Amino acid sequence: MELLGLLSDGFLVAFEPLNLGLIVLGVVVGLFVGAMPGLGSVNGVAILLPMTFLVPPTSAIMFLAALYYGAMYGGAISSITLGIPGASTAVATTFDGRPLAMQGEADKALIAAALASFAGGTISIVLFTLFAPPLASIALDFGDPEIFALMILAFATFVGLSGDDIAKTIFSICIGMVMSAIGFDIISGEPRLVLFDLIGFQSKINFLVLAIGIYGIGEMMWTIEVSRGDTMMTKVTVSVERVLSNLKIIWGTWKAWLMGSFLGFFVGILPAAGATPGSLMAYGVAKMTSREPQKFGKGAVDGVVAPEAANNAASTGSMLPMLTLGIPGSPTTAVLLGGMVIWGLQPGPRLFVTETEFVWGLIASLYAANLFAVIINIAFIPLFLWFLRTPFTILAPLIFVLSMVGGFAATERMFDVWLMLILGVGGYLMRKLDYPVAPAVLAIVLGPIAEPALRQSLLISSGDVMVFFNRPIAGPITIIALVLLFLPALQVLWRRVRGKRPVEG
Amino acid sequence: MKTFVKKLLGVGITVGLVSGFTAVAGKTALAWEPVKPIQFVVMAGKGGGADKLARLMQSIIEKHKLSPKPVTPINKPGGSGAEALVYMKNHKDPDHAIMVTLNSFYTTPLRQPKLEVDPLSFAPVARMAEDTFVLWVHKDAGIKTVDEYVKAAKAAGNNWIMAGTGKASEDNLLADFLNAAYGLNMKYVPYKGGGKVAKQLAGKHANSTVNNPSEALGFFEAGTVVPLASFTDNRLPMFKDTPTFKELGQDFVYYMQRSVVGAPGMSKEAQAFYQDVFKKAYATPEWQTYMKKKSLQGELLQGDALVTYWKRENEVHRKMLIKMGAIKG
Repeated sequence: MELLGLLSDGFLVAFEPLNLGLIVLGVVVGLFVGAMPGLGSVNGVAILLPMTFLVPPTSAIMFLAALYYGAMYGGAISSITLGIPGASTAVATTFDGRPLAMQGEADKALIAAALASFAGGTISIVLFTLFAPPLASIALDFGDPEIFALMILAFATFVGLSGDDIAKTIFSICIGMVMSAIGFDIISGEPRLVLFDLIGFQSKINFLVLAIGIYGIGEMMWTIEVSRGDTMMTKVTVSVERVLSNLKIIWGTWKAWLMGSFLGFFVGILPAAGATPGSLMAYGVAKMTSREPQKFGKGAVDGVVAPEAANNAASTGSMLPMLTLGIPGSPTTAVLLGGMVIWGLQPGPRLFVTETEFVWGLIASLYAANLFAVIINIAFIPLFLWFLRTPFTILAPLIFVLSMVGGFAATERMFDVWLMLILGVGGYLMRKLDYPVAPAVLAIVLGPIAEPALRQSLLISSGDVMVFFNRPIAGPITIIALVLLFLPALQVLWRRVRGKRPVEG
Repeated sequence: MKTFVKKLLGVGITVGLVSGFTAVAGKTALAWEPVKPIQFVVMAGKGGGADKLARLMQSIIEKHKLSPKPVTPINKPGGSGAEALVYMKNHKDPDHAIMVTLNSFYTTPLRQPKLEVDPLSFAPVARMAEDTFVLWVHKDAGIKTVDEYVKAAKAAGNNWIMAGTGKASEDNLLADFLNAAYGLNMKYVPYKGGGKVAKQLAGKHANSTVNNPSEALGFFEAGTVVPLASFTDNRLPMFKDTPTFKELGQDFVYYMQRSVVGAPGMSKEAQAFYQDVFKKAYATPEWQTYMKKKSLQGELLQGDALVTYWKRENEVHRKMLIKMGAIKG
């Protein structure tokens, strides 16, 4: 077993005192960076990158990878307790994590998130260890038509089989699409949809600004309206027994985390996608395959577990193209890739051969980081719950300030703070009019991936749409996506034929 | 809770420092020195080509303690450099704002005259290197020379796909040149970023690219992609067996600058300070190794020599864009 030998060598490197210390430090820093709205793993890694010049490259990547990992865990914390996504990767976690917290089950949600993250992390690292080189070649086979097909599939999971009003869902997706079109057109090379000729609209709307606006500000306004400010968020008691009994959640939700892990890992491998689309897609699929899809959005544990497993799995997955192909799988790995250049390493297919200590040390450190992250996270849960017992009249201004700082920290532009406020009001109005917000968020994440893929595909095929059907990988994906997309319509038709009215659900 | 508040406070303070107020730089008889953190504006998002470069320079400056105040990268990715250029143009404290630039320094103002940005109004700090361009194909195509390439591309006509970074960009200029020089009809497909372009070729979704050596290096070392010819004056040390287009009778060389500029209106004293910082940075082993590994060319250019270089390159790009039909003459 050559693989095991390499891995155990890697563990020897990872368990050197300096490295182990850096891994623990990275996880703790990551937890807080992830939990702070606006400071996602991208910012954390970018800010701390120059510091890593002080230690050897292997230790440096271990620290940053541990930080990346910790941030994936941490993102869930503010998503659940405050309803503000701590990082863009944790947006899907707010969909059900927040309602759970409102029902007094924040501890359940937090533990489910931590355990799901651990499961996602573990499964993805094992997959990484065993199949890194062959998986890299699959990533290469994914051209534009394949990526576009996958994007239709992602949209289909949100439209098809959803319990929400389908017309409103599609409208919500359209709003998201329009917003994702703002900025720079890669095909014509011109700025487009520069609203009111403002220079701030020359770049696309930062996703974190949008997510904090809609979920932080919008959610806060909504809660104030519903509760008239006179409510305690939740009455959770902290006890060891409750924590222990909550640990059992993991057995009841195995389907969700297993699916989330594999899906997240796979989406993470594909260049340009990353953990945010991965977690959103996992949420969509979990809802689709659930026996109780109507519970989603109202506090389904599966709705927390699936995206959390997926975002951790995707963060491991996105390191694969970074190391083997030199192409970042997510914004954070793009910064890490810059780090590798600084350390004098050449990512690419040869890295596994020429830099075994670096590669296997990193892989081993991922196992360690994952373990530390779950332990540290669960240990901190009472602290987060204590925070939740603050009356909402105090919490609301705190959320507001945190959102402001977070919105600014994401891009360091005052323009984005104003934009965030406007988007917050927009999000509130959408909720007031009973439009689902999640599909708009999905469209904003996937739009910028789907659009160039569509246009590049059609450019290559000279406008022939068959390119999405007659390729061995793209074809089946497109067909499944279209079936899912039209399934609700077909169901209605089928019931009409049988002379029955559609059943609610 | 305490840690949370502390963290928040920390972020608040950092943000306050980074955003920068209009402070008056201390004018003393001594040599000018920055009095607060220096903004290092990046005309790309985090992880983009210019961003990696800026963070490498930041690391070098910090490691060798070249500046008494920290250098803080801030990203202004909008509109292919437009946002960064306008931000620099209107900067209220030009003595504490520098920017790393590529060739969009010329092309973006040319293509968007509404911005009213003049590249020559920026303060010349240092040209740190020039990146090079090479024509690449996949090894399975079995093409070894430019002649074979021309033959294959001619036969494929419009189905020959040349992947490149962006529209009306460096890669697009080179593709247009090849089409014109050899009578080809290749289809240029723009992607966002050189890494993605390299992947298109390695995955055989494209037939050829004009990647920078640094972008294609990983796949070159693995033997997946083959260099055919370089757009340089002399053969690149890394690809000794690869001819230049000049050798093949095409009078065409093209480079991409990697320069550091100061905001328009920067004082002479501040310019002198930054020129000194980057002169030292250029000489560090880290920068020299980086240039060698990435097959970068070009001497250090500063001050008037850099302005002369910009004037020449600006005209070259104006003519190219007119020829491409991207702008009017």
